Amino acid sequence: MSLIEVKNLQKIYEDDVETPALNGVSFKVEKGEFIAIMGPSGSGKSTLLNILGFLDKPTKGDYLFENKSMNEYTNDELAQIRNKKMGFIFQSFNLLPRTNVFENVKLPLVYSGIEDNLWDEMVNKAIDAVGLSHRTVFESTKLSGGEKQRVAIARALILKPDVIFADEPTGNLDSKSGQKIMEIIQRLNEEYGHTIILITHETYTAEHAQRIIKIIDGAIESDVKVEHQHHATDHFEK
Amino acid sequence: MIFKYNLKTALRGLEANKSRSSLTILGIVIGITAIMMVMSLGEGAQNLILSQIQTIGSKTIAILPGRQPKGIMDSLGTMFGDSLKERDVEALKKKSNVPNLAKIMPLVFGSASATYQNESYRLTIFGVDDLVVKIYDLEIENGDFFTGEDVKGRADVVVIGSKVKEELFGSSEAIGQKIKSKGRSLRVVGVLKKKGSGSMVNFDDAVFIPYSTAQQYLFGIKYYHRIIVEADSENNVSRTVEDIKITLRNMHNITDPEKDDFYIETQEGMMSMVSTVTSALTLFLAAVAAISLLVGGVGIMNIMLVSVTERTREIGLRKAIGATEKNILTQFLLEAVLLTATGGFIGIVLGASLSFLTSLVLSKYANLEWVFVFPVLAAFLGLGVSAAVGLVFGLYPARKAAQKNPIEALRYE
Ligand SMILES: Nc1ncnc2c1ncn2[C@@H]1O[C@H](COP(=O)(O)OP(=O)(O)OP(=O)(O)O)[C@@H](O)[C@H]1O
Ligand SMILES: [Mg+2]
Repeated sequence: MSLIEVKNLQKIYEDDVETPALNGVSFKVEKGEFIAIMGPSGSGKSTLLNILGFLDKPTKGDYLFENKSMNEYTNDELAQIRNKKMGFIFQSFNLLPRTNVFENVKLPLVYSGIEDNLWDEMVNKAIDAVGLSHRTVFESTKLSGGEKQRVAIARALILKPDVIFADEPTGNLDSKSGQKIMEIIQRLNEEYGHTIILITHETYTAEHAQRIIKIIDGAIESDVKVEHQHHATDHFEK
Repeated sequence: MIFKYNLKTALRGLEANKSRSSLTILGIVIGITAIMMVMSLGEGAQNLILSQIQTIGSKTIAILPGRQPKGIMDSLGTMFGDSLKERDVEALKKKSNVPNLAKIMPLVFGSASATYQNESYRLTIFGVDDLVVKIYDLEIENGDFFTGEDVKGRADVVVIGSKVKEELFGSSEAIGQKIKSKGRSLRVVGVLKKKGSGSMVNFDDAVFIPYSTAQQYLFGIKYYHRIIVEADSENNVSRTVEDIKITLRNMHNITDPEKDDFYIETQEGMMSMVSTVTSALTLFLAAVAAISLLVGGVGIMNIMLVSVTERTREIGLRKAIGATEKNILTQFLLEAVLLTATGGFIGIVLGASLSFLTSLVLSKYANLEWVFVFPVLAAFLGLGVSAAVGLVFGLYPARKAAQKNPIEALRYE
């Protein structure tokens, strides 16, 4: 059974003009896979990821998450799945301003229904996993870009989701911080078994994944296994 | 858990935007303060007037000339009415006419100045008979009250109030001395004990002489300004009032009660009239103050809309990581309610303190026996209403927040 299966996904944005963004995309993602989605700007990568993350709905086609069509879930159930089974990492971090690292990482717990006496330990563990223990009470706005993205990763992984979606997580970072982020993401996949779907347009970054899906003009152009997967050899500094 | 978290978040948000928050709730604060003050002072004034009325005595009935005043012109009529005469008193005294009448006393009064040697003082002259001591609970400090014989004989005798004694005689002996008023020389036979200002009439500033003397020599009138009647018991007051009306209508040949040339005041009647008037006034003023709550509510809605727009990305993020529409709705509603309830609370404290200060000033400097009243009902109502204002005016912005599309919200710059 696949974790994710999309069948002939189509998306047409209808504002003033009709913009076709996806023209029939089909693929499967198995549990534990690390997939990179590549493609030129405007090819529909983000559109696809938003649909996969239940943040948007396709115009046509079907999306099965854990073998159940997204149309069969209620809005509250979708929110539940986003909370417990999915994690999001955005290009622009999206941390809460005027809020420290701890509070930012805690955010998913608030909507999880987990008893709040367990929160502190979970948050500290997640912060530890991205090597930011020394920044726990730092205001999010005072962090460097790389640190911000690590906070976002900690927030994404705190509830041990089945799949983590990352939309150009290194796009706003210099190559060194970007490398660090990729190391962490790779470790999430290899050591913790999280399924990863990552958007990037750098081939080097994409080659951290096991499989690369190339999209052009809203359609899959290629879907190939990575021959020489890059490995983050040196691990995290604390 | 979410509630606790939302409450903390809301508190932190209010704290982070201190000046904006305080400006936003100003309307609510002013509204609730005004309502609290109106209610507190209104109730205080009512209590004050009622306690003064109570000094009249619950068995006492006052008959006044003229029609029941319904406006200023009617009041003037009462001042100059001459419909109450000696024969009315005689008729009322008859057991067959007013069986439950225990005491009856004519009353004339006027203000005049009195002199003793070089001292002069402006005071109120009451022409009464010796029953006044019992009807108004007067206490003699020195000497005696004049007698029924003095009244019959139109004696030039006077009993003076404590303030009058102080002003005219200082510490020297007053009994036996003669004071002059309206060209008449009056011998002081008694001095009253100090009564204070707790009653409708300031007895300390008054002098009492036989009504016959006052009519004949001082005012030159043949009628009375009032007839004071006391019923034999409180239960018989209303029956006595009816008997008096029938008797007087007979005496004055009146068939149509609309054309009465007298009217009757009782403690109960005055109290209910005062209560009605002050309650209506208080309610009206409170309603006016409530308008500012409405204005305050619109201010809250405005600021909440701004806040929702400002925090669009935050809303998008929260939804992306699992917040339901209900979660977002309660978060923003709670913020609005917290804002207004805080405003309400400040308003209650402020309103109560200002009312307390006012009552201090009134009792200290205006010499009123004003008692501060904390309007418990208004306080609870104020807190409830301000929270409701937050709920009502926060609902629209909160719904807007809850219904935001997460992707568009996340893309918002
Ligand atoms: N909300 C929207 N309304 C209308 N058109 C949209 C909307 N979002 C995206 N599009 C259009 O859909 C197409 C695909 O956009 P998408 O954001 O998925 O591209 P992308 O592959 O992520 O590009 P990039 O690499 O620049 O992020 C583009 O032509 C874009 O203009
Ligand atoms: Mg994109």
